Amino acid sequence: MIEIKNIHKTFGDRKVVEDISFTFQTGKTNLIIGESGSGKTTLLKMMVGLIFPDEGNVLYDGRDFTSMDETAQRDVRKEIGMLFQGGALFDSLTLEDNVKFPLDMFTRMSEAEKKERVNFCLNKVQLENRNKLYPAELSGGMKKRAALARAIANSPQYLFCDEPNSGLDPKTALVIDALIKDLTQEFNITTVVITHDMNSVMEIGQHILYIYKGKKWWDGNNTQILNTTNKELLDFVYASEFLKQLRPKS
Amino acid sequence: MQIILHIGRYFLLMKRVFSKPERFSIYFRQIIYEINSLGIGSLGLIAIISVFMGGVITIQGAYNFTNPLIPIYALGLGTRESIILEFSPTIVSLILAGKVGSNIASEIGTMRITEQIDALEIMGINSAGYLILPKVAAAMFINPFLITISMFLGIFGGYVMGVASGACTSYQYIFGIQTLFVPFNIIYSLTKTIAFAYIITSVAAYQGYYIKGGALEVGKASTRSVVYNSVLILITNLVITKLMLL
Ligand SMILES: Nc1ncnc2c1ncn2[C@@H]1O[C@H](COP(=O)(O)OP(=O)(O)OP(=O)(O)O)[C@@H](O)[C@H]1O
Ligand SMILES: [Mg+2]
Repeated sequence: MIEIKNIHKTFGDRKVVEDISFTFQTGKTNLIIGESGSGKTTLLKMMVGLIFPDEGNVLYDGRDFTSMDETAQRDVRKEIGMLFQGGALFDSLTLEDNVKFPLDMFTRMSEAEKKERVNFCLNKVQLENRNKLYPAELSGGMKKRAALARAIANSPQYLFCDEPNSGLDPKTALVIDALIKDLTQEFNITTVVITHDMNSVMEIGQHILYIYKGKKWWDGNNTQILNTTNKELLDFVYASEFLKQLRPKS
Repeated sequence: MQIILHIGRYFLLMKRVFSKPERFSIYFRQIIYEINSLGIGSLGLIAIISVFMGGVITIQGAYNFTNPLIPIYALGLGTRESIILEFSPTIVSLILAGKVGSNIASEIGTMRITEQIDALEIMGINSAGYLILPKVAAAMFINPFLITISMFLGIFGGYVMGVASGACTSYQYIFGIQTLFVPFNIIYSLTKTIAFAYIITSVAAYQGYYIKGGALEVGKASTRSVVYNSVLILITNLVITKLMLL
């Protein structure tokens, strides 16, 4: 369980995140949704400590992350896997070595065990037999998937994914969504996924936080979201003309 | 005021660079890798420059030593002293500041803007230590070897040019490079080299590590690293020379 309490962030004189409190539940896929530029990535980065909040706290299962010193934060981070919006694969390493990297750093596994784990993770994201390619040789969607494989390599307790399926075709996107959901339930992970893909919202939206212009605007799950009366959220959910026709009349 | 901020931030970064590594075996592997890429990768450039500079120094010596009271073997002696005291440690380090320094700044800078440094931090790795320490250690270890090779090649270049141009005989040159040799000069020279190696790598890494923005910034940081490195090398050169030779 990750709790955030009254988080604020201002860049210059722009309030990017304003007073957001939320509880991300363990064993569930928690979604952060909202328009582009609404502050989702900023919020996620504050949760993992890459950006310092101006105000507020982040608690990992009761441990106050914000007020920890660097060493203690590092220990919490060893339990975190994160997929960055841009992938952030290490350019100088092959796909295989990218996924193996956290294992090299933090586990006592033998080379054979590591290799097995790497192949297992690459299989999960449908990148088998691409072990020796470098990130520059991958397509955009493949980079995303490879980065997800790296994020889950060391069996994290907390999984953060910034738009895991942007740049993927609808079919692969569903596979990735299903993978994230399965991992979350199987290993009882606290998963936080940023998305603006309504398909993902419907597939894995077990607990949803909707951000509008940096504020918490709505929260609920994927059945509640269809029947919401919140105007901004309705516009977000039924964005296209096609979807508007499907909108339930109330 | 800006300069105070940079100095403070530089030393805070160094504190993180020199904190205890997560996994010694991985750092060791990185050091070997960096020795190869930073050190061995510069060998060709250094060899060419050293041979040519040695040759030029000897020719200029021959051109200037027209007084019959100056013995011809002074040509070898003069070349040796110029190469060992100044050319190899300082000029070659300046060249390395250009080659290795800009390389480090742009490599680390690119990792910063593509969030690779953030990815390291998220895994719970001390990114400053992991990325910078192996480079600093590798350069401080391998540069003295590079500079020593440069000294040999510079003196050899002088020999070839001296003999080929007829400015001196082989015997005179070799007598010259053996005359009045002060071993302490080598210690002085290699001390400078190690100090310069530290400056080049750490300053370049600092420039790359704190980049904000995009690809444009990477280019600027790499230029800045060369400029700051050159100035710092010259100042340090003066300080060490004053301390050790006078
Ligand atoms: N380092 C920064 N400095 C200044 N402003 C920033 C910085 N990072 C983000 N912002 C601003 O904060 C706002 C929110 O950015 P953020 O990246 O959180 O959006 P997002 O919701 O993730 O959008 P997207 O869906 O497009 O990824 C944007 O308007 C952006 O310009
Ligand atoms: Mg974003």
